[in-house]
Amino acid sequence: MSDNFDIVVVGGGHAGTEAAAAAARMGASVALVSFDRARIGAMSCNPAMGGLGKGHLIREVDAFDGLIARASDFAAIHYRMLNASKGAAVRGPRIQADRRRYKAAIHALIDAQPGLALVEGEASALRLEGRRVTGLILADGRALSARAVILATGTFLGGKLHFGMTARAGGRVGERAATALAHQLRALDLPLARLKTGTPPRLDGRAIDWAGLERQESDDGSWTMSPMGGGRVAPQLFCAITRTNKRTHDIIRANLDRSPLFAGAISGVGPRYCPSIEDKVHRFADRDGHQIFLEPEGLDDPAVYPNGISTSLPEDVQLAMVRSMAGLERAEILQPGYAVEYDHVDPRILEPTLGVRDVEGLYLAGQINGTTGYEEAAAQGLVAGLNAAAWAKGQAPVLFDRADSYIGVMVDDLVLQGVTEPYRMLTARAEYRLRLRADNAAARLTPKAIAAGCVSAERQVHFEAAQAARARIEDILARRHDKLTLAERLRFPETDAAALVALAPELGDAAPAALEEAIQDHRYAPYVARQQSEIDRLRSDEAVRLPCALDYAAVAGLSNEMVERLSLARPATLGAAGRIRGLTPAALAAILVHARRKAA
Amino acid sequence: MEADAGADGRKGAALTDTIFALSSGAPPAAVALIRISGPKADAALAALAGRLPEPRVATFRRLRVGDEVLDNTVIIRFPGPNSATGEDISELHLHGGRAVVARALAVLGGIEGLRPAQPGEFTRRAFENGRIDLAEAEGLADLLEAETESQRRAALALAGGALSRQVAAWQERILVLSARVEAALDFSDEDDVAPLPRDFGADVRAIRDELAAALARPRAERLKDGLRIAIAGPPNAGKSSLLNALAGRDAAITSAIPGTTRDLVEAPTAIGGVSFLLIDSAGLRESVDPVEAIGIARAQAAVAAADIVLWLGDPRHAPERALLVHAKADLGPPQGPADVSVSVMTGDGVDALTRLLIQRSTALLPAVGEVALHERHWTALRAAYEALSEVQAADPLIAAEGLRWARDALDRVTGKAGVEHMLDALFGRFCIGK
Repeated sequence: MSDNFDIVVVGGGHAGTEAAAAAARMGASVALVSFDRARIGAMSCNPAMGGLGKGHLIREVDAFDGLIARASDFAAIHYRMLNASKGAAVRGPRIQADRRRYKAAIHALIDAQPGLALVEGEASALRLEGRRVTGLILADGRALSARAVILATGTFLGGKLHFGMTARAGGRVGERAATALAHQLRALDLPLARLKTGTPPRLDGRAIDWAGLERQESDDGSWTMSPMGGGRVAPQLFCAITRTNKRTHDIIRANLDRSPLFAGAISGVGPRYCPSIEDKVHRFADRDGHQIFLEPEGLDDPAVYPNGISTSLPEDVQLAMVRSMAGLERAEILQPGYAVEYDHVDPRILEPTLGVRDVEGLYLAGQINGTTGYEEAAAQGLVAGLNAAAWAKGQAPVLFDRADSYIGVMVDDLVLQGVTEPYRMLTARAEYRLRLRADNAAARLTPKAIAAGCVSAERQVHFEAAQAARARIEDILARRHDKLTLAERLRFPETDAAALVALAPELGDAAPAALEEAIQDHRYAPYVARQQSEIDRLRSDEAVRLPCALDYAAVAGLSNEMVERLSLARPATLGAAGRIRGLTPAALAAILVHARRKAA
Repeated sequence: MEADAGADGRKGAALTDTIFALSSGAPPAAVALIRISGPKADAALAALAGRLPEPRVATFRRLRVGDEVLDNTVIIRFPGPNSATGEDISELHLHGGRAVVARALAVLGGIEGLRPAQPGEFTRRAFENGRIDLAEAEGLADLLEAETESQRRAALALAGGALSRQVAAWQERILVLSARVEAALDFSDEDDVAPLPRDFGADVRAIRDELAAALARPRAERLKDGLRIAIAGPPNAGKSSLLNALAGRDAAITSAIPGTTRDLVEAPTAIGGVSFLLIDSAGLRESVDPVEAIGIARAQAAVAAADIVLWLGDPRHAPERALLVHAKADLGPPQGPADVSVSVMTGDGVDALTRLLIQRSTALLPAVGEVALHERHWTALRAAYEALSEVQAADPLIAAEGLRWARDALDRVTGKAGVEHMLDALFGRFCIGK
């Protein structure tokens, strides 16, 4: 095998595989480097994909012909549409995945991708010429050369595992931490910070009393994550719900001094929104119970993931705590929960391409940028893969913005605001979410993907057929019935699909998903139209470019804090500068006129 | 000097030009101050005065253009960056005759690299060089335009950030409501988040009502342009005479012939530190004369748009909330109820009427230190009010969108949105030379 590539991707998780596949779809020659081939595509945390905001990201990656949605459909043993009773823009598709099937699907997709080579080995160091990356050196001495390197190393940087009060170096359980690479990144002066994340213990499902618990069945219906995955192929299982109780909380409280979280052994900052169970019990002391979802990890896997009890307490406490809950009285722990601390790079050193601003050819994607979640990682992998390949081939970058995608929202947040806790996607982060629905991701983004040259012929044919079907639906919706067109009638919530079909029976022939997408487009049309003026304003401020070398310390009237934030984020445009937290209008105006004077 | 020296100049291409303008009032005046700011300020001064004086020392010099003596006068240099604009500034304190000023400006305009300043350009440069911030600039614009005591106080309130503080308080409360809706949308499946509390709608309405109250207050334009006082009533009731008495001058033609006033007559005046715009109008009666009929329609519109109506006719036909004025009091007692009796002939009751007007005006104008809304602020607050009206919708997604719109609208008050546009609008308000 040649050791010359356009792109080398380090890490075989959700960011790395998506980055490698995206770059290869763009026509680049790609090497995907991983410690262990067998671990590529592993779901290292919970066995679920999607959810609120996260389901949007999956659909958007899929609109670029990515892997995550198709692998999810192959692996899905439970489908659930979150917020199904609320507006379409905040509905979040979510699946439970069979871990083995998920990994197998990723392997199959990677193996089938032309131009993508797997390289098993430990990344030891970047090859650098000054501040330009020229390749990667492996621990066995092998040297790969490349135009660009994408680091998607997850929590492997400076990773430290905590099982109760014992700690050891490592990424996930049973894997090594890439500490040598971490040293090199420190030497490059990339700003690093520390975060933590936790996992719950894994339970043996054979010792759970399922009959006594509330069941949550897979959704009816036929919706899938991707239109290209062949439908729901795996048998569907149910999840179950139990609750913590006063006794659980007493056990946790009595042992708080044995949690590294409370003893101060963990210095990183954890997320606000999925805190460890000891955090929840401590901070929400007035609550007498928390809901715990029991999620099966696979069809022929006895492991069950109790979602909601991430912990770093010692194993004996974990067992007592688990057994205090209904249905889990005789439960066995297959693998205790643990907390992991790791380094991440301050993402404000990144361009919106996820390229490091002043290290040519170096891209970062996934948890290394301070995010949490498979979906966030996969979406960054897509962005880094597309842009590394575009750069290597001398093409224009493929950029996303806040008005076209959740991907754009996330990248903008990361490169401008940085992170203070693991970044998780929420629909609340997307100010234009009425137009950014999970069900219209292809309509929003696939044209951009086709233009970038990263979709298969099969996907393009499918998309064009869907567009044509949509045009036929629109023709019918444009008809008048009484004084209003059918489309206008959709502004009234009582007009649903059934009411439409009653008025225009030929709509009954349309694909239900396509009809539903059209209905939602028209339902929110007045709000979306109103947002357009706001988006136009955003884009006009985006047109005012700020020089990268702007010396913010020399701009009169900026506070030290603002100078620091601006200097770290180096916003590319006035619009971007305006979104930096705490930046006042006066400061913005001062930057504008300062930049103008320099340009004059 | 005209402001049309090229709007594109203000777009920033030529910020290193040296600008000059007459910074004091229109001549003739005792003294006329011409300011020159920019890199050639010293050179321009040297061209007129020869040797440069010490910085910041008022120096008496003979100004010459070639052999011609322009003026014997005081000049001062303020080298940048410690000057009002942050640039080198030269000041000529000329004798304020029209000819002297015109000649000086013409000479300066003939110097290479100097050009007349555009409106607000000195202030803009001060802002660009970090000498003042934006809030100060906006307050300064008002302060420079203020003609009466009440205008000055309102401008100071704005410059002091009173409006910004009020908007920030609303923003904070709306943000709390937003957070509640967002939690219900993003975490509804995690059972750690309560659904929307019952008082959510009441909280939204409370903020909306406060916005409504702020919107109902008189606008800053009222302070500047004056409270509109419409004088209305039947023909020949003495409306025009009353206007002239209040204005202290013969602004309207008066005669004994009914229907003398046909079009609106407007007379700006200041009474007791408050600006008023007195509006005389055609007498209200049925008329077959088409011209008079148009005048009557205008009179009715003026009454509708007025802040205060002085009604000089039969109290039974008075518009709502009008002040009932018994005019021509020298001819006899009022026929019905009257708030005040006035005789323009004898002067009786005019003082009582002005006291009444000032008393009414205090209710209509912002209290001392209270912020008066500009058109720009008013429009934005109105948008916030309308956005909050939508929050009642049952769909939490739409409620969230309404709250977001309200926050966005309030951002426009503080100028967060559309920086470029706001700067142009703001700096365009200044008079030349300020």
